[in-house]
Amino acid sequence: MSDLLQQRQHDIAEEFEFFEDWMERYEHIIELGKELDPIADGDKLDEHLIRGCQSRVWLLAAKDGDGNVQFRADSDAIITKGLAALMVRVMNGLPPVAIAQADLWFIEKIGLDAHLSPTRANGLRSMVQQMKHYGIAFQVQG
Amino acid sequence: MSKALDAAALRLQFPILNREVNGKPLVYLDHAASSQKPIAVIEAQREYLMHYHANVHRGVHALSQQATDAFENARTVVQQHIGAAESCEVIWTAGATDAINLVAQTWGRDHIGQGDTILLTRMEHHANIVPWQMLADEVGASIEVVEIQDDGTLDTKELQQKLAKGPKLFAFTHVSNTLGTVNDARSLTAQAKAAGAAVLIDGCQAVPHMNVDVQALDCDFYIFSGHKAYGPTGIGVLYGKRALLEAMRPWRGGGEMIDVVSFENGTTYAGLPHKFEAGTPHISGAIALGVALNWINGIGAEAIMDHETMLAAHARKGLSSIEGIRFIGSAASAAGVVSFVVDGTHPYDIGTLLDSQGVAVRTGHHCTQPLMERYDIPGTVRASFGAYNTLQEVDTFVVGTVRSVRMLRD
Repeated sequence: MSDLLQQRQHDIAEEFEFFEDWMERYEHIIELGKELDPIADGDKLDEHLIRGCQSRVWLLAAKDGDGNVQFRADSDAIITKGLAALMVRVMNGLPPVAIAQADLWFIEKIGLDAHLSPTRANGLRSMVQQMKHYGIAFQVQG
Repeated sequence: MSKALDAAALRLQFPILNREVNGKPLVYLDHAASSQKPIAVIEAQREYLMHYHANVHRGVHALSQQATDAFENARTVVQQHIGAAESCEVIWTAGATDAINLVAQTWGRDHIGQGDTILLTRMEHHANIVPWQMLADEVGASIEVVEIQDDGTLDTKELQQKLAKGPKLFAFTHVSNTLGTVNDARSLTAQAKAAGAAVLIDGCQAVPHMNVDVQALDCDFYIFSGHKAYGPTGIGVLYGKRALLEAMRPWRGGGEMIDVVSFENGTTYAGLPHKFEAGTPHISGAIALGVALNWINGIGAEAIMDHETMLAAHARKGLSSIEGIRFIGSAASAAGVVSFVVDGTHPYDIGTLLDSQGVAVRTGHHCTQPLMERYDIPGTVRASFGAYNTLQEVDTFVVGTVRSVRMLRD
């Protein structure tokens, strides 16, 4: 299953290679944010908020029939939502163990860690952490 | 109207403005968070560290003398700059936050007690809220807040009502960091005094932009930070009327603030201003702040203010073509700050895209969360201007904002 994780990260890294500057990269991230299905207002509960973000980010996770994890994410800021969309695209549908142990090298590869402001980088880190926590929690549940 | 300043020439004195950010020339519009430093300020710190660093008020040796002289001269520069009667009324602090905490924990503890009220305004930044909340919790006092009107000016009717209830202290900002509103500090002080309240004015956003005369204001305390006034970080000023300061107990204990220390006979304290300056101070910071204030005087605070309000007006005009833009704060008397939100976009996203274009603005709540609540917004994009900003930079900012909004909406 981690092959899938690798493949998805390669795809994203390749996708980002074409962009010449950060305005173009952000344009793409904004597109991804707009394409990500919004979370219904009723599900935007404080308990689903991720701490450490300047904008509000909600993350929900559930196990599907095959025992894999399905994520939903949303944000009131569109760039943040685009970053969330990238994370969901990489992690979605993987088994809990793969999520808990995921090595997300694409973040560094596409230069996000270096370019993002410290607050945004913290927010992204918190999002990754929260996804992994879901992975661990679903593993324990069995 | 004062003589117009030449921002293009002034810029040459700011080495940092030569750099690029994200491959674009830096356009620094975050003056209200912290100003950039002219070479004279940078050199003053360097000069001190290179040639005459020593501890102050201690040795008989030459370096200590020289450092002490420069340190105390800087105090006199501050005294003259803000129109204090005596230099001993100028206390060095670690910053504005430190200065307010000092007043809260000394004067506050002696004059504010169970059932008393501290009056603040809706437009205070957190440094002029939280120290008072902490004091109120400790002594059983309560906080009252003067609300603002939609244009970002104080509700004077409400002020009268709340002053009539007899608060012990009215603490307010001279100039709002988020709205740009310039409060009529003299009139507010007079009204508060007539109601029997002591007055503390937060001058962080005033000192870099306008002439301040604490004796004309007749306030009890006036505080400001160095780093927003072209000086270094880690240094700030508490001005207090001499009689008040003399009656206040010391806050932090240690060296420098003592007269005699004895285990047997107890310890006696130094006089003003050293009573409140325990430990080794930020010597280079104080010296460089003196240089920064002289730098402002060399240009003229009025000329700086005129220039900044001209830039702010230019920015507003340019931005107003954006559909769905809403300016937060539109007081007639305002400093060089433009704060706004745009329908259908998040301030954070606009700030991020501007950063990619080399433009530094502040996004978020600007440490004024109660004010954001008042307008029911998560935050704003804020551009704030300094003496070194140019019309061309404002144009870059406007074009960048228009482009960002288009990207976020399409």
